[in-house]
Amino acid sequence: MSLPILFLAAFTASAVEMVEALTIVLAVGVTRGWRSPLVGTAAALVALAAIVGALGPALTLVPIGTLRLVVGALLLVFGLQWLRKAILRASGYKALHDEDEIFAREREAARSAGHEEKAGLDWFAFTLSFKGVFLEGLEVAFIVVSFGSTKGGVPIAAAAAGVALVLVAITGVVVRGPLSRVPENALKFAVGTMLTTFGVFWGAEGAGVSWPGNEAALLGVLAFVAAVSLVLVRVLRRGRGVAVGAPA
Amino acid sequence: MNVLARFGRFWWDFVVGDDWLVAAGVVAGLGGTALLVHYGVSAWWLMPVVVVALLGVSLRRAVRS
Repeated sequence: MSLPILFLAAFTASAVEMVEALTIVLAVGVTRGWRSPLVGTAAALVALAAIVGALGPALTLVPIGTLRLVVGALLLVFGLQWLRKAILRASGYKALHDEDEIFAREREAARSAGHEEKAGLDWFAFTLSFKGVFLEGLEVAFIVVSFGSTKGGVPIAAAAAGVALVLVAITGVVVRGPLSRVPENALKFAVGTMLTTFGVFWGAEGAGVSWPGNEAALLGVLAFVAAVSLVLVRVLRRGRGVAVGAPA
Repeated sequence: MNVLARFGRFWWDFVVGDDWLVAAGVVAGLGGTALLVHYGVSAWWLMPVVVVALLGVSLRRAVRS
């Protein structure tokens, strides 16, 4: 029961973060050439894979109850942060993430930066791409590793992240521009809901709770968190006088 | 700021994020759940309630700031 939701959560979280990383890499690539940003991207992906590869197996050494408690807490904190931001954006209290605007800003920064060459690479292009991909991907790497508290979780979550990476990369090559049409806030809302759900479920299990209906309770928690979040968007929109049917 | 402080700051921002109250509330909620379970209470309902409370309080703080 939890594995399909887990795949979906890892896939969506990765897709959202990779769309943001793609904007940075594209802005650097079109302005300063492709070699250095692509090397920076590859280096960041290797570093992220190393984190997952090192931490994933290490989790098998931790007792399952402790692991679920710690992982549940971590997922809850991440999930509530994503949900909080998505709710504030959907209700108009925070500006929506604008990939076109970020692309223009990054392109301008790449254009005005000086040229320094290290190890045969344009160092600005390399470091900016590395940092963009690594920092956007770090949370996904932690999410993937966190799913190691369920049997077979890390390979499934890693595969989901890989599929998302390939899809976003292919789309980026085809579109040759920032993926501004991706409904990023709706995806963030979905990821926040799923991470919070897993956090509640595993965290409580780690604290010794037996859920009524065992794994089936996940669906109940998911529906509850989604419903509460939608109500909060509605309440905040009403507070600002925004039409309730307006897009998120 | 030295390297160690920057390293600590990065991880604080990464894990705790925009509102420390959420992280503190999650720890308190899970601690409360463990305590109730220890005294024989079936406390599966507590964390969903904590999530509602934390989201409500954190959003209220964000809207007012």
